[in-house]
Amino acid sequence: MHRSSEVKHVASYLNTRGCECFGQPCESHCPVLTDRTIHVQLKTFIKIRVKPDRTGVVTDGVKHSMNPFCEIAVEEAIKLKEKKLVKEVVAVSCGPQQVQETIRTALAMGADRGIHVEVSGKDYETLGPLQVSKIFAALAKKEQADLIILGKQAIDDDCNQTGQMTAALLDWPQGTFASEMTLEADKLKVVREVDGGLETIKIKLPAVVTADLRLNTPRYATLPNIMKAKKKKIANVKPADLGVDVCSRLEVLKVDEPPQRQAGVKVETVDDLVGKLKEAGRV
Amino acid sequence: MHALCIQTLGMAVGHGVRCLSQLAELPELHQMMRQTCRDYAQKELAPIAAQLDKDHKFPAKQVKELGAMGVMAVEVPESLGGAGMDYLAYCLAVEELSRGCASTGVIVSVNNSLYLGPILKFGTEEQKKQWITPFTTGERVGCFALSEPGNGSDAGAASTLAQQEGDEWVLSGTKAWITNCWDASATVVFATTDKSLKHKGISAFLVPMPHPGLSLGKKEDKLGIRASSTANIILEDCHIPLGNMLGERGMGFKIAMQTLDSGRLGIAAQALGIAQAALDCAADYAHKRTAFGAPIGKLQAIQFKLADMALAIESARLLTWRAAMLRDAKKPFTKEAAMAKLAASEAATFVSHQAIQVLGGMGYVTDMPAERHYRDARITEIYEGTSEIQRLVIANNILKEYQQ
Repeated sequence: MHRSSEVKHVASYLNTRGCECFGQPCESHCPVLTDRTIHVQLKTFIKIRVKPDRTGVVTDGVKHSMNPFCEIAVEEAIKLKEKKLVKEVVAVSCGPQQVQETIRTALAMGADRGIHVEVSGKDYETLGPLQVSKIFAALAKKEQADLIILGKQAIDDDCNQTGQMTAALLDWPQGTFASEMTLEADKLKVVREVDGGLETIKIKLPAVVTADLRLNTPRYATLPNIMKAKKKKIANVKPADLGVDVCSRLEVLKVDEPPQRQAGVKVETVDDLVGKLKEAGRV
Repeated sequence: MHALCIQTLGMAVGHGVRCLSQLAELPELHQMMRQTCRDYAQKELAPIAAQLDKDHKFPAKQVKELGAMGVMAVEVPESLGGAGMDYLAYCLAVEELSRGCASTGVIVSVNNSLYLGPILKFGTEEQKKQWITPFTTGERVGCFALSEPGNGSDAGAASTLAQQEGDEWVLSGTKAWITNCWDASATVVFATTDKSLKHKGISAFLVPMPHPGLSLGKKEDKLGIRASSTANIILEDCHIPLGNMLGERGMGFKIAMQTLDSGRLGIAAQALGIAQAALDCAADYAHKRTAFGAPIGKLQAIQFKLADMALAIESARLLTWRAAMLRDAKKPFTKEAAMAKLAASEAATFVSHQAIQVLGGMGYVTDMPAERHYRDARITEIYEGTSEIQRLVIANNILKEYQQ
């Protein structure tokens, strides 16, 4: 059995070349860059434990896999490619050696190539959305991407920041919490799931989109695609090569488990309830 | 891919015997494939397995999805619509799927090993196009008709007749215990073209389903693997073109035996999946159930059971992988395949029996899957060669090795 891996941030890109037919419908020669963030998914039935030094949670020996929102982002990218609206899908991941497994999963789903941005050890433990979005912004410029698709958030840290920060760093428009996206000429129509309901916006390419749950249902990799994935290339890059400093400006002071649920108290009347709340200093 | 696998396994398979222990882990490709099948089984099969069992319902939607993934034709080359992977990959796939649903596992196994297997090996190019390609997508499944009401283990005593009438074969007789038959679109049928030659007079035929002259008996009401259909196939004056003979005349017994050699690895894999699911259930319960003031996993009685269960599964799994790798390296694997099937099926019955024991009363009710694993496991010691036959195969091979 292979060892479980520590995958924190994985992003997938779709690569694109400069589009000469700006203003025309994007055909197969106008590839789209989709970027997606894949985070570690700690299986829900595994009990998460806080490390004894309270600096984080125990990730050793815990099986890591692609962040569910990122799977949805990869699926969307591949669908765009199947519709011939996109030329190339590039899957990107930031993390130690083991993230290559997750990149391969994206390749097996149909991405064309991968980029592994190597971040390991202490740097990896403190890697957060700001550094990742700097890396993505640098890569987007280098690869001349037109579209970046990420998962809206990682289910381990629930930051929900990387997409937005990446767009800001690139000064690109963003369509976050996408439950639907349609490419119309050089514009992207995005239906966003917001608190008030659904909001439809149109944004110009190049843009950043973050995928929400209902955007699509990710496919299972087919056996032939798994075999093809073996031959697809994964390039190795270091953050320094992209001119990015992964030093964190945040210091985790402490991580604690949520407090144990206390037993409740039953009261007979509303007056009793108010009295008890006053006693406890809650009102 | 095949070459890559051999490269990675390299010396191990090349030198055959002892080198499996050098294999620290499976090649990356196989790991990915295994994980994909495991994810699919966990998300799509496990949640519906109990209901499929209750309803005796063929998982048509899931079979189609598995077809789209390439799992219904793992070893079939891509040119014919298959996944073009090796037998080890196939065994991993069947094990993971069976862990979710044993019935789905056998449906996949029968289609791959018993139906596509012999056609791939003995069919003409024309037959392959006609009888393989449509059966790779999950839209159609095939079945394998060897056993009869009068003979199971005694396959050489086939009494189903095949008589040539002009440019047609006419088949008549009854086949029994045919897995998948109510859901199949074709079958490989074994019939005797010359009774006086005994087992050397048996030939293999390809028959589409439905077909005039071919009818199905009532669906058997089985103890386990209830989502897969099992019934008699009745052939009465069933006419098929001469071109529907598979292989040469009189080759049928050889085709059957060689097919079963491979098929039993599929069943070994299915048994491993069932056993693993039962162990998962028992180990999980051992953590959660408390008695005498602590989780029952703390009790030695339970620990010894879990250890024996895990040992039985792991041993059988390594035997299965080894037999599959020998087959992939085109080395003789009959003895190892028989050992694998024997070990795995006995492991399945042992582990599922003990799993119920660990669960106590909860193991006896349908609220927990343990009882279904127990029922599903039982058949693995019977079909595709009973445990007794496996022992004979192993013994014959040993005696040959020690021939004076």
